[in-house]
Amino acid sequence: MTTNGATSDRQPGKLRLGMYWASSCGGCDISLLEIGEHLLELIEVADIVLWPCVADFKYRTVADYPDGYIDVCLFNGGIRSSEQEQIARLVRRKSRTLVAYGACAMDGGIPALANLKSTREIFDAVYHSNPSLQNPGHVEPQTHWATPQGDLELPRLYPQVLRLADVVEVDYQIPGCPPVGTQVWKVLQAVVAGEVPARNAAVRVGCDNRSVCDECHREKRKVRIKEFKRPHLAIPEPNWCLLEQGFVCLGASTRSGCGALCPKAELTCRGCYGSAGLATDQGTAMLSAIGSVMDAVTEERANELVGQIADPTGTFYRFSLASSTLKAHR
Amino acid sequence: MSQVETVQPPAETETPLAWEPRIIAFLCYWCSYTGADNAGTSRLKYPANVDIIRVMCSGRVDPDLIMIAFAQGADGVMVCGCHIGDCHYIAGNHKTMTRMPLLSRVLQDFGIEPERFVHEWVSAAEGDKFARLVRQVTEQVRQVGPLDWPGRMYRRGVGHGEDLQPWGDQA
Repeated sequence: MTTNGATSDRQPGKLRLGMYWASSCGGCDISLLEIGEHLLELIEVADIVLWPCVADFKYRTVADYPDGYIDVCLFNGGIRSSEQEQIARLVRRKSRTLVAYGACAMDGGIPALANLKSTREIFDAVYHSNPSLQNPGHVEPQTHWATPQGDLELPRLYPQVLRLADVVEVDYQIPGCPPVGTQVWKVLQAVVAGEVPARNAAVRVGCDNRSVCDECHREKRKVRIKEFKRPHLAIPEPNWCLLEQGFVCLGASTRSGCGALCPKAELTCRGCYGSAGLATDQGTAMLSAIGSVMDAVTEERANELVGQIADPTGTFYRFSLASSTLKAHR
Repeated sequence: MSQVETVQPPAETETPLAWEPRIIAFLCYWCSYTGADNAGTSRLKYPANVDIIRVMCSGRVDPDLIMIAFAQGADGVMVCGCHIGDCHYIAGNHKTMTRMPLLSRVLQDFGIEPERFVHEWVSAAEGDKFARLVRQVTEQVRQVGPLDWPGRMYRRGVGHGEDLQPWGDQA
């Protein structure tokens, strides 16, 4: 395994593997370690040629690679700034196969929830109005700064979070926040064996085509929702569908493949695997589903039940706002 | 819509002065569309700003269709179905009844005013109600002005192939 990005000591025939992070938390990088002892098998066949999380690769090093040098690059995180867009374009050029890895690269993820606010509102919250702040000079980050030694340039914050596929062509998408270790290993095995499916941006790998409900062990009792409950205010009954109990569980609109981890742990599905089946907008798919299981026969009752759902936009689009039809606040 | 890179500037069809609200109305086959027909056969006048899409049931109107209407440039959307209890499919409009207020909340989070999205019950006999509703919705959408979602997203200036290179040329 090379640690400095040097190309000369690469063993012939070995795969060159890259991983890059953009607007993400770092959990995706950690999730690659979730393949456990298989990591040793991976290192047998693959060299790491880009992975800022674990080794110090300079952008210049990557820029000096010949085009298509990286065999497979796992790109996690959405595109929030001009730096990230630039690196995405660079990595695309240097990679034969570019994979949008994780919910952020695929659907915008949690950072894309900020698409509901303007850049001005974000700056106000982060640099001015937050109660824990002390910023008497009202300092804000600048993109240009003139010094006697020369002008400095910093990346520009974009008005909204974009998906990786919005700025470059993406070969595959691996959903999840983060992708589940077993699924990641399945994908890497395919890559190692040369069994990668035909290149297509719409192909999602490391997941199934059905919804999380299909994998969930909880029993459906065919009852309608009588009251919406918030997870910190009520204890769910084990082995009974969480949605029927009134907890807003996104299983119905979420792609399977994780093994219904959250419902197994008495938690509602948070929707990190993105939209299921042919749906492209996970939020409206959930809205549609939840609307058909409410116990309401009068409009007053319907409005009462709807009013009990806390933050519907943030809940239904928790991981997929950048993939939604409307994409961002006007 | 999947690739921002390929987004074209919206076609300039009319001058801003000539703006007229464009409203998409989803009407159910059994009641509301017949109600709109009733308005026509009764020679009731209502603004021509509404584009009617007939669906078999208001419960069939996926919230995504409404989102798509706004995303593609509608200034307002109406969803009309049978009154509660009159649904041809017994409980189709019960779904409309729960989905639409919830969708209205979501649309407001995206910055789409409640005036732009209306759901109402119109029976087959209520031609006058339909004509009145279209007049009212057209007026209130006119008050809040053009939405122009495609133009707004384009003017964000993101992803039109713009390639800032703070570290110099790396080609």
